[in-house]
Amino acid sequence: MRRIDTSAVIPVIRQLCIEACQQLSSNVTDALRDARAREESPLCQEILAMLLENAAFASENHLACCQDTGMTVVLLEIGQEVCWEGMPLYDAVNEGVRQGYRDGYLRKSVVDDPLLRKNTGDNTPAMIHVDIVPGDKVTITILPKGAGSENMSALYMLTPADGVQGVKKAVLEAVERAGGKPCPPIVVGIGLGGTMDKAAFLSKKALLREIGARNPKPHLAALEQELLEEINKTGIGALGMGGTVTALDVHIEAFSTHIACLPLAINLQCHAYRHACATI
Amino acid sequence: MKVTLPLTREVLESVQIGDVLELTGDIYTARDAAHARLYEAICKGEKLPLDLKGKIIFYCGPCPAGPGRVIGPLGPTTSARMDPYMEAMFQQGMVAAIGKGDRAPYVAELCKKYKGLYLLGVGGAAALCANAVKEVEEIAYPDLGTESIKRYYVEDFKVIVGIDTQGRTIQEENIPKYRKR
Ligand code: SF4
Repeated sequence: MRRIDTSAVIPVIRQLCIEACQQLSSNVTDALRDARAREESPLCQEILAMLLENAAFASENHLACCQDTGMTVVLLEIGQEVCWEGMPLYDAVNEGVRQGYRDGYLRKSVVDDPLLRKNTGDNTPAMIHVDIVPGDKVTITILPKGAGSENMSALYMLTPADGVQGVKKAVLEAVERAGGKPCPPIVVGIGLGGTMDKAAFLSKKALLREIGARNPKPHLAALEQELLEEINKTGIGALGMGGTVTALDVHIEAFSTHIACLPLAINLQCHAYRHACATI
Repeated sequence: MKVTLPLTREVLESVQIGDVLELTGDIYTARDAAHARLYEAICKGEKLPLDLKGKIIFYCGPCPAGPGRVIGPLGPTTSARMDPYMEAMFQQGMVAAIGKGDRAPYVAELCKKYKGLYLLGVGGAAALCANAVKEVEEIAYPDLGTESIKRYYVEDFKVIVGIDTQGRTIQEENIPKYRKR
C-alpha cells in the first residue's frame, strides 16, 4: 500500500494545464510541417505556416497557443495499491485546474449550469475520468478540449448490419458536416463498441494517441488508414478553406459490444492537439 | 492587401473571397452571450451600448492578459452560432463580422442584401493574433468576462474574405476544387 496525500496532485495538475495549453508537442508540429509539405492549396499552405509560427511563438513567450483553452478533461489512472489521504481527491484535482488556469493566464470557459450559464470564473469543474490499474503509481493526463471541435462530435447507434460500411459512411458524414468549424486539420477520435457511454469515452481517449501511431489490431489500423485517406479527399482543407489536408490522423479505440449493438462515437479534435501527462 | 479601418464602401464591394486582408484600426468583440444581450436590446428597442454603424464585429473571447501584455491569446470562434443574429446586426449598421467556419446559406444572402462581409480569422493562431492587438478598451457587459464587448485597435490583423458582397462563399468555391471523392 502506498499512501499519497491528495494535495500532491495540485501542483502537478497546475503545471500540466499550463504546459498542455502553451506547448504543442513536436509530434504535432512535425505533423503540421508534413501537412504543409503535402498541401496543394497555396492559401492552406499559408495557414499551416501561420499555425507553425504561432506554435513556436506561443511556446517561446509562454502564451496559450489557442485562446480556447477548453474544458479540462483529466484522466486519472490510479494504481490499486494507492491509498489516498487528505482532502477529497476531486477537490484537489479542481484546485490544480483552478491554479493552472489562473497562473497560466488561460481562458475560463466553463459555465455552472447548461441552461443558466453563469461562468464559474476558474474553469472548474474539470471533466474527471478515473481508471483503476495495477501498481502503486498515479498517472495524470490533461486534455484541454476546445468547443469548436467538441461541438462537431457525433454519436451513432449503428446496428450490426451497418457494419464497417456504416462506420465509414458515418465518419465521413460527420467530418463533412463539420467542415471548417472544428479548425482542421483535425484528428478524428473514434470510439467503437461497448455501450453508448463507453464509445463516447473511447472516442475521447483516442485523442491521446500520438499522431501517426496505429491501433495494434490490423483490421482497425487498416480502417484508420483508409478513413484518413478518404477524409483527405473531401477537399475541406485547413480551416475549411479548400485543400488536400483535412485530417492529420484517425484513431480508433474499440471495445467488446452487445450482440445487437454497434455504437460509434466520433470526437473531433482541432489542430491544437494538446495534452500533457505526468506520473507520481 | 493592407486595409485601414473603417472599411469604405469601395473596399467592401471590391474585395473577393480568398483575398487576404491586413486590417489596421478598430474592431469590436462580441460572441454568444454579448450577441444574446444586444439582440434582446434591439428587440426591446433599447439603446445599444455601442453604435454598430460601420463597425466590424469580431467573434472572440480572449485569454486574460499576462504581465506586460495588453491582452492574452485570442482568435475567432465558430461563427455559425451567431447566424441567427446576423440580420439584426447588419440592420444596425455592422459592415463585417470576423469568425471561423462556414455559416448557414442564408448568411451569404444577407451579405449580398446588406453589402456586408464575412471574414475568416485564422482559428487557433491565437498567440500571433494577440500580437496584432495594440490597444484594448472594454466597452460593455464587463460581467460577461471573456465575453464582454471590447474595442481592439489592431495593426496588420490578418483575415481572409469568406463571403463577399456578391454572396459568394469561399467554402462553396474552393472545396470542390480540391475534392477527390
Ligand atoms: S477548435 Fe481548437 S484551434 Fe479552433 S478555436 Fe477551438 S480550441 Fe482553438
